[in-house]
Amino acid sequence: MTTLTATPDRPENRFQLQLFLYRAKHYLRLSIAHAICLTVAAACVFPLMWMVSSSLKTQQTIFTDLGLWVAHPHWRNYYVAWTRGNFGEYFFNSLFYTAVVVGGVIITASMAAYAFSRLKFPGRNILFVIVISTMMIPIPGSFIALYVLLNKLGLINTRLGYILPQINGGLALGIFLLKTFFDKLPQDLEDAARIDGCNKFQVYLHVAMPLAKPAIAVLAVFNALAVWNEYLLANLVLSDPHLMPLQKGLMVFQGAYITEYPLLMAGITISIIPILTLYFLMQRYIVAGITAGAIKT
Amino acid sequence: MTWARFKDLFTTYLFVVPATILFLVFSLIPFMKVFQLSVFEWDGISTHMQFVGLQNFKNVLFHDLPWLISLRNAGVITLLALTFQNILALILAMIVDREIKGKNFYRVVFYLPPVLSGIVVGLVWNWIFDGSHGLLNHMLASLGHPGWARSWLADPKTALYGVAAIHMWKGFGWGFVILLAGLQAIPRELGEAARVDGAGEWYIFSRITVPLMLPVFFLVSILTILGTMQIYDIIISTTNGGPGYHTEVPITRILAAMLGSSQFGYACSLGIIFGVILLAVSMVQMRLSKWSAKYT
Repeated sequence: MTTLTATPDRPENRFQLQLFLYRAKHYLRLSIAHAICLTVAAACVFPLMWMVSSSLKTQQTIFTDLGLWVAHPHWRNYYVAWTRGNFGEYFFNSLFYTAVVVGGVIITASMAAYAFSRLKFPGRNILFVIVISTMMIPIPGSFIALYVLLNKLGLINTRLGYILPQINGGLALGIFLLKTFFDKLPQDLEDAARIDGCNKFQVYLHVAMPLAKPAIAVLAVFNALAVWNEYLLANLVLSDPHLMPLQKGLMVFQGAYITEYPLLMAGITISIIPILTLYFLMQRYIVAGITAGAIKT
Repeated sequence: MTWARFKDLFTTYLFVVPATILFLVFSLIPFMKVFQLSVFEWDGISTHMQFVGLQNFKNVLFHDLPWLISLRNAGVITLLALTFQNILALILAMIVDREIKGKNFYRVVFYLPPVLSGIVVGLVWNWIFDGSHGLLNHMLASLGHPGWARSWLADPKTALYGVAAIHMWKGFGWGFVILLAGLQAIPRELGEAARVDGAGEWYIFSRITVPLMLPVFFLVSILTILGTMQIYDIIISTTNGGPGYHTEVPITRILAAMLGSSQFGYACSLGIIFGVILLAVSMVQMRLSKWSAKYT
């Protein structure tokens, strides 16, 4: 009997060995999986960390000291970028445009979406189809005509000329998202409010809108990202530095001070702090939004 | 029509009027205006517009070499994005889809680059790829290959691929999130049942994962194509189309025709032809996804 226990052929031992092999294989696969993911994650984060660390170096050290860690951070770069680099003004312009466009999209898109979902009126379906079809048809050249039109309306180089086209740009996705959401809401609450004497507008404002908060959050985050990062239209419409948002400001700064890398990196860092904050706070809405509304990205 | 009915309808229309006006003025009118302008020769300012019929389109199709180069460049970047970027996204999504810890961490980090603007991404990478002070050349030197150093985005041999690399760095996280959501929608039981029946990894991948993911693959492909063909921000903040025409893309050509040489009519015909190409791609995609829906 004692000799038998030593042989590996006993069922329990074979089982032990298999279990060990299985576990070893499992952990090996797991570590390979994490190694791949961590490498890619590092590749995502590294340029950003390097950007931040470069923004804290001086013009003298930046080309020689390539380390990520900065022993003597030169915080003054941020002050100089904010004031002399004009990034303070660009920053507030960007905040203003983002807030106004997001607000405008939410108001106009939700009202239209509510009407398309709940109210009956002649021409409802045809109008809805026309508005939504702009989401499907790519029209890369229409910014030329938009420019001509803004010129005619005297909106070139004005805040309004930059804001209105962007509100319009957010409408198709917004109406689509919110209409789908309103369609799924039970109508009982709204009927009750109607019976209690609310008019259409009050029902929309006090019953439907509070219920639609999750969809509105998705819409707000997506439009905020889009407006904050917008460049093409800003480049076409705005030439006055006092009106420019950050993206355009970055290009202007880069054009004027091509070799002042620490200041440029400070400016870029300033420009991404709000968007990263929003991203980390609203992360779950973003994932929900890309997957639900992948129709337009 | 009674007064009450009129009032009712009037308030209803008030809900859609703001959106409709914005849509009319900033979408529909410009859209139609593009077609009108495309048959004229016009500098954008003067009151005189010369009708030229389809001459602009003839020139676009047969006499505009930079335009064709720009289409080819965008096509090359698109092909690279379709293959490398989406395969990387799929591999990562399949890894993270398994029961590994830190799923949310990876999702947050991989989606960081897509949150940034093309301008920011372009400016940072522009410096990494820089010829004299760039980080990449320093790294190559410290790894013992100083001879490989070059001005990556100014060298005709590497500029287009450099831009493509930046674009893919920015884009893969977006594909990852959609593909991961698609994978997570596949019922676990299917794979488990197949495994119990003795199916190997490859078999499960090719017979269960791929067929069920076909609609998602088509969606990601079409959005990659549409997004990459219209690449602009990354180009303008890195190479601005250079060296020569090596990184020109359709949008930079349209803008050059419009603002550079003040040929608004010609720019419109470029836009229309480009739009038709993108529309054709979208139609193919819709056909394919309908076909795949029937097939699965």
